[in-house]
Amino acid sequence: MSAPQKVIRRANAGTTEAPWVRWTLIGIALLFMFLFLILPLAAVATEALRKGFGAYLEALKEPDAWSAIRLTLITAAIAVPLNLVFGVAAAWAIAKFEFRGKAVLTTLVDLPFAVSPVVAGLIYVLVFGAQGWFGPWLAAHDIKIIFAVPGIVLATVFVTFPFIARELIPLMQAQGTDEEQAAIVLGATGWQTFWRVTLPNIKWGLLYGVILCNARAMGEFGAVSVVSGHIRGQTNTMPLHVEVLYNEYQSVAAFAVASLLAILAVVTLVIKSVIEWRHEREMKAIAELPPERPATV
Amino acid sequence: MSGVTSSALSSATAPLSRPGRRNNRVLPGFNLTLGYALLYLCLIVLIPLSALVFKTFTLTWDQFWVAVTAPRVMASYRLTFGASLIAALVNLVFGLLLAWVLVRYKFPGKKIIDALVDLPFALPTAVAGISLTALLAGNGWVGQYLEPHGIKLAFTPAGVVVALIFVGLPFVVRTVQPVLEDTEKELEEAATSLGATRLQTFTRVIFPSILPALLTGFAMAFARAIGEYGSVIFIAGNMPMISEITPLIIIGKLEQYDYAGATAVALVMLVISFLLLLVINGLQGWQRRRSES
Repeated sequence: MSAPQKVIRRANAGTTEAPWVRWTLIGIALLFMFLFLILPLAAVATEALRKGFGAYLEALKEPDAWSAIRLTLITAAIAVPLNLVFGVAAAWAIAKFEFRGKAVLTTLVDLPFAVSPVVAGLIYVLVFGAQGWFGPWLAAHDIKIIFAVPGIVLATVFVTFPFIARELIPLMQAQGTDEEQAAIVLGATGWQTFWRVTLPNIKWGLLYGVILCNARAMGEFGAVSVVSGHIRGQTNTMPLHVEVLYNEYQSVAAFAVASLLAILAVVTLVIKSVIEWRHEREMKAIAELPPERPATV
Repeated sequence: MSGVTSSALSSATAPLSRPGRRNNRVLPGFNLTLGYALLYLCLIVLIPLSALVFKTFTLTWDQFWVAVTAPRVMASYRLTFGASLIAALVNLVFGLLLAWVLVRYKFPGKKIIDALVDLPFALPTAVAGISLTALLAGNGWVGQYLEPHGIKLAFTPAGVVVALIFVGLPFVVRTVQPVLEDTEKELEEAATSLGATRLQTFTRVIFPSILPALLTGFAMAFARAIGEYGSVIFIAGNMPMISEITPLIIIGKLEQYDYAGATAVALVMLVISFLLLLVINGLQGWQRRRSES
């Protein structure tokens, strides 16, 4: 069946360009990608390994590097689940119900994406910093938020706030409420409906949002830089540690830590692509089902 | 013509979907999830953002005006907005090209290229900053070929543009790509059979249909570039009046404990971000209406 289609497409000069135009456009696009995306990645790898693999490993064994890695993991481990719970709750309310002010709420969810990371850090300094709203009270109770781990977590939560919600809202809106309503009418509780009906439907979108949220949480620089105070071995996350090393002209060490973050980015892209391909395949499988049996999907 | 049939279709199906909507309170959890979402939104986003506004009120109007229009601050606006505009324009052109090539053509490695487009979303900005600087510095892979010709990118305003092109690259591609995938080839065939050249078909048939998406992507890339900090500070050189971006002005004021001054400049940036968010929302609404009709 595909063979005749191909013949038609090839004969159809009206919807494509001459080969030389095609290949020129592809060539320019690939050159642009090479210069702006592949070269920077390659540069991280070569700079990190400039003095050999031994020096690379030594740089990663530094106690300060370790503490930066630990802090980054802790931050992501707190920020991502918080935004996951919010994302599911917000998407459930927005996608499954009609209420006034829904459009405003949807816009507000996106707001942190519009705010500069530096401004995001600044607002927490204004609330929790020494001269901020709660500054004197916090100082009196010996609680440190700014220039300490809680501030870093808060700033990270802010910048990664919309990721999961904005992935789930359109997905759950497109899926509608029919399946959930059927489950409720058949006697399922709200939780059962969520776990058995909604969650399986949104699992890929959810995972997609989580890995993007995680990548940003581990890589955030601007917002965290404002609230961290740059105390070596204590409040430096991996991106901040990269900056410190780079400014101290420890190029190999800086790129060694940076290479871990680059690996994280590549792994994120791989997982993301796998999710997309899986989703596409599921969509195709649903589309190919005989029309008399749609209920089994 | 297809617009007429589809709108007739949608008006025919609309009454069918309405009863479902009215019944949707069958589902539980509305109060809980909306309440939690609002509480979390207020605690994490709205209350801290309002601190910015309240802190600015501690300044008199004159103090505020002096803080946000000082020559060094004005120079930073010029750089931030100018470089962001140039970078977003470059991304507009190359983003459209990339989306076009990825949707319409077949070539080896296409899936990998498609996945790589999102690299700037996944790669931490600090990493992008130091690696672009290493590439463009006088002894870097790219810089060593440019500097003999008098083209200096690292530690100049031009370097800022390069970093901002990097961070904004995925936006136009990812907004245009799905729209391009949905365009109907029949329209192009009709244009061709009516005697249009391929270029005419593109400018008169395809381009108008992707214009809303293109502008949305452009505005998103521009908005992202204005706020960008991590990738820029490594490559910019950060010379006052020349290569100092506005977010760095805020950091500088904070380091001198000038909280009010930092807040005033931050408020200017926040207001601009708000406006851009509204523009982007408007563009997305336009795009949605376009794709529905």
